Amino acid sequence: MSVVFRKPDSMADVNTHYCPGCTHGIVHRLICEIIDEMGIEGDTIGICPVGCSVMAYDYFNCDMIEAPHGRAPAVATGVKRSLPDKFVFTYQGDGDLAAIGTAETIHAAARGENITIIFINNTTYGMTGGQMAPTTLPGQVTQTTPYGRDVEKAGYPVKMCEILSQVDGTALAQRVSVDSPKEVQNAKKAIRKAFQIQRDRKGFSIVEVLSTCPTNWGMSPVESLERLRQECIPYFPLGVYKDITAKENSND
Amino acid sequence: MTDSIIFAGFGGQGLLFAGKLIAYGGMIEGKEVSWIPSYGPEMRGGTANCSVRISDMPVSSPVVSNPDYLIVMNSPSYTKFINSVRPGGKVFIDSSMIDEKCSRTDIDCFYIPATELAHDNGVDGMANIVLCGKLLRETGVIKTESVENALNKIIPESRKALIESNLKAIQIGMDI
Amino acid sequence: MTAERVLMKGNEALAEAAIRAGCKCYFGYPITPQTEIAAFMAKNMPKRGGTFLQAESEIAAINMVLGAASAGVRAMTSSSSPGISLKSEGISYIAASDLPCVIINVQRGGPGLGGIQPAQADYWQAVKSGGHGDFHILVFAPNSVQEMADMVVKAFEKADQYRIPAMILSDGMLGQMMEPVVFPEISDKMPEKPWATNGHGNKRKHNIINTLFLQPDELEASVSARSKKYETIVENEQDAEFYLTDDADIVVTAYGAVSRICREAVDEARKNGIKAGLLRPKVLWPFPVKDYQKIVPTAKSILCAELSTGQMIDDVKLAVNCSVPVEFYGRTGGNLPSADEIIKKLAEINDSLS
Repeated sequence: MSVVFRKPDSMADVNTHYCPGCTHGIVHRLICEIIDEMGIEGDTIGICPVGCSVMAYDYFNCDMIEAPHGRAPAVATGVKRSLPDKFVFTYQGDGDLAAIGTAETIHAAARGENITIIFINNTTYGMTGGQMAPTTLPGQVTQTTPYGRDVEKAGYPVKMCEILSQVDGTALAQRVSVDSPKEVQNAKKAIRKAFQIQRDRKGFSIVEVLSTCPTNWGMSPVESLERLRQECIPYFPLGVYKDITAKENSND
Repeated sequence: MTDSIIFAGFGGQGLLFAGKLIAYGGMIEGKEVSWIPSYGPEMRGGTANCSVRISDMPVSSPVVSNPDYLIVMNSPSYTKFINSVRPGGKVFIDSSMIDEKCSRTDIDCFYIPATELAHDNGVDGMANIVLCGKLLRETGVIKTESVENALNKIIPESRKALIESNLKAIQIGMDI
Repeated sequence: MTAERVLMKGNEALAEAAIRAGCKCYFGYPITPQTEIAAFMAKNMPKRGGTFLQAESEIAAINMVLGAASAGVRAMTSSSSPGISLKSEGISYIAASDLPCVIINVQRGGPGLGGIQPAQADYWQAVKSGGHGDFHILVFAPNSVQEMADMVVKAFEKADQYRIPAMILSDGMLGQMMEPVVFPEISDKMPEKPWATNGHGNKRKHNIINTLFLQPDELEASVSARSKKYETIVENEQDAEFYLTDDADIVVTAYGAVSRICREAVDEARKNGIKAGLLRPKVLWPFPVKDYQKIVPTAKSILCAELSTGQMIDDVKLAVNCSVPVEFYGRTGGNLPSADEIIKKLAEINDSLS
């Protein structure tokens, strides 16, 4: 009997703490599949700062570092400069990457730091119980925007892929989603491309994954996926915002 | 036996270098030395000064409040430091830059038109070193050959031509 | 052949010694009066197989150190007082991660932006509150350019030995001044770091660098284990220098820049018939309590001199169990006391003793 589906080797055989319907598990799995396929578990260091994924050090079998809130790109820089031949990825949420860690993110990109960032955008601070994130949509109700995000007072959502596409050191900035099997496959291709860019020493790569947070959105998992499609994707359009390898690939 | 020297003037007159040169020479002689600059925004175009100690014993404090010797190259620094010189001390004044004359009778003041002398002798910008030459002559704080050795250490290989002009400037100061 | 004496600024001598000690990564951000360290590293690290990186902030710099230390290499950052405040988050995480690293604080006057002249106002921050949480870092207090070099080497060694951040608590005077320095020969043999997150190479279980313990018992176990380590450090790493203390009625105590001025004052006071001595802590955490205990039987008074309004004095009082009166003399703002100021204070105390 042939095995058609199994847990990736680089994924730890433990139960995660994520809520039912949360898409973190899908993205973890995609990263692990790619690590397995590229055969790089022993050469990879993952960095997970504060956020729902802070305990991801227990879910990946590669070496792992838990970083201070927002500082993962700086920690990754320290690791990568020490070990330029290893693969270094960070796994950051929207509050972490686009609020408290904006400077670290943009400057890692500006340096063309040869690291890969997986950016989970679920438009809320999940770990602390659903407060306004830098990516919270206008009108979205959260614990700290109880009347809906009023852009006059709370400002506008931050579009990181668009911003980072303007930075010279960025090699890849791509926004994907995991709301359907097709999009999950697209997400995997994007993450694989990011790791390949790192292998080829081409610079900074970021894959933004639009994700759901059923618990803090107050929705069922299915409703959450529907919201992602109806509300999030229109505001944060999917696509490749910058890819310095696109030209050479199109010549293939 | 400890000698303390303050080098003071405008930024760009080479006073920090002059202090380093004398301190380096002292070190080459096997003495204990210290050099400490004034630092910060005041250096850029404002006054610059450094304190040097040369001693047979470990230097306790590098900070010099009452110098034995003062090399001074502008009026503000003259005003600031002239009264701090220890009785019996010696002051080397660039009279090309400073018009004031000292009324103290308990110190020796030497008025040297160092900036003009440097210019007239083709070593423009080395008034600081001219004054060092006079300092060596009048105080013997270190030997002249130690300054030569120090120049060889401080000035990089690529700028060796500078050593000769520095030595010339020293000689001008010694001959006054 | 004896090693050559060279005339160098404290900041540059420290940087050179750090490279010789095997520092492979330096991350920093410009701030007076420590910028010579960054400039020296920028010039020399690329030529000697190391990494220099100017970070976007002090916060980023200390977290880059966290990353490099996690990867198992000797890493360092340097700053001056306001910048150290920004690093304190990272220092807490590095301490909680049991990572070795070296942090340089070339102190300037504070609080706030303060000034740029020498100060010792960050004593409490260094020895008591380097960041949130229950932790300590090793704190070395050089008082010469030679010690700037020697202590940074020791800091790297002790940091690795105990897996703890080590700080050089210097000041603007020591950083900016030039003195002769002889660089020690240093073994290039680095300790093994089996805990490093440097890629397991499929040869071992994965390593995790982590500071999060949501279960109270787990966090308590982690804090307690570190506390045990601190007990060992307190036992083994106290260090101080005694100068003319054997028969001293008044023991002046001071660290760093001020200790040099106090030494001059002690010499002058002796000439005036005042039996003064100097006890200089070379390590500020662990505080050299054992050394202070040695002067308790003979000292009639202690004079603590600092470039602050009085920070180390608390530890001095605790170290002698308040069994000897402790007087204080401090200057702030970047002002250094003159030897005469200390001598005057010594004379006052001496008069009160008779």
